[in-house]
Amino acid sequence: MEINKKIESLINDNEVCLFMKGTPDAPQCGFSMAVTNVLKHLNVNFKGINVLEDEDLRQGIKEFSDWPTIPQLYVKKEFIGGCDIVKEMFEKGELKELLVSKKII
Amino acid sequence: MPLPVEEIKKLIKDSIPDASIEIKDLMGDSNHYAATIISSQFNNISKIEQHKLVYKSLKGKMGNELHALSITTEGK
Repeated sequence: MEINKKIESLINDNEVCLFMKGTPDAPQCGFSMAVTNVLKHLNVNFKGINVLEDEDLRQGIKEFSDWPTIPQLYVKKEFIGGCDIVKEMFEKGELKELLVSKKII
Repeated sequence: MPLPVEEIKKLIKDSIPDASIEIKDLMGDSNHYAATIISSQFNNISKIEQHKLVYKSLKGKMGNELHALSITTEGK
């Protein structure tokens, strides 16, 4: 499938890849903003992919990850989770640990 | 169409019978919820798998009728 190839190339080409609504500078949903803020707080260099610009991608990423909501965070090709998991990991210090262990920060 | 709290609880209970479920209607609009779900089915599986079990119990409503449900899961 075309869209899966596109998603694979996005997560292959970007070590930290956030599928989100809006852009990192102008998130268009509170959940996307929350994850963006966490990543910025940890000084993570990440690629934000605006799914609102591409309906195929918006649906495709849900099937690709088997996850029904946006945002979705990938680190080095691994699906980390959505907003709730990312926030919980951040609050427990686990997100920082993960990013350090993967040599992102 | 907003989904009432009782309906959400029932859907989760149907799939995860031993779940203790607490749901808050964050804005009083039956559209933005926060749920805490505790079940032995979450023992020894990853957070992602735990949340997927909850999403599956909601039978495709998540992201559709159910606009915003933030989820916290715990094993027991």
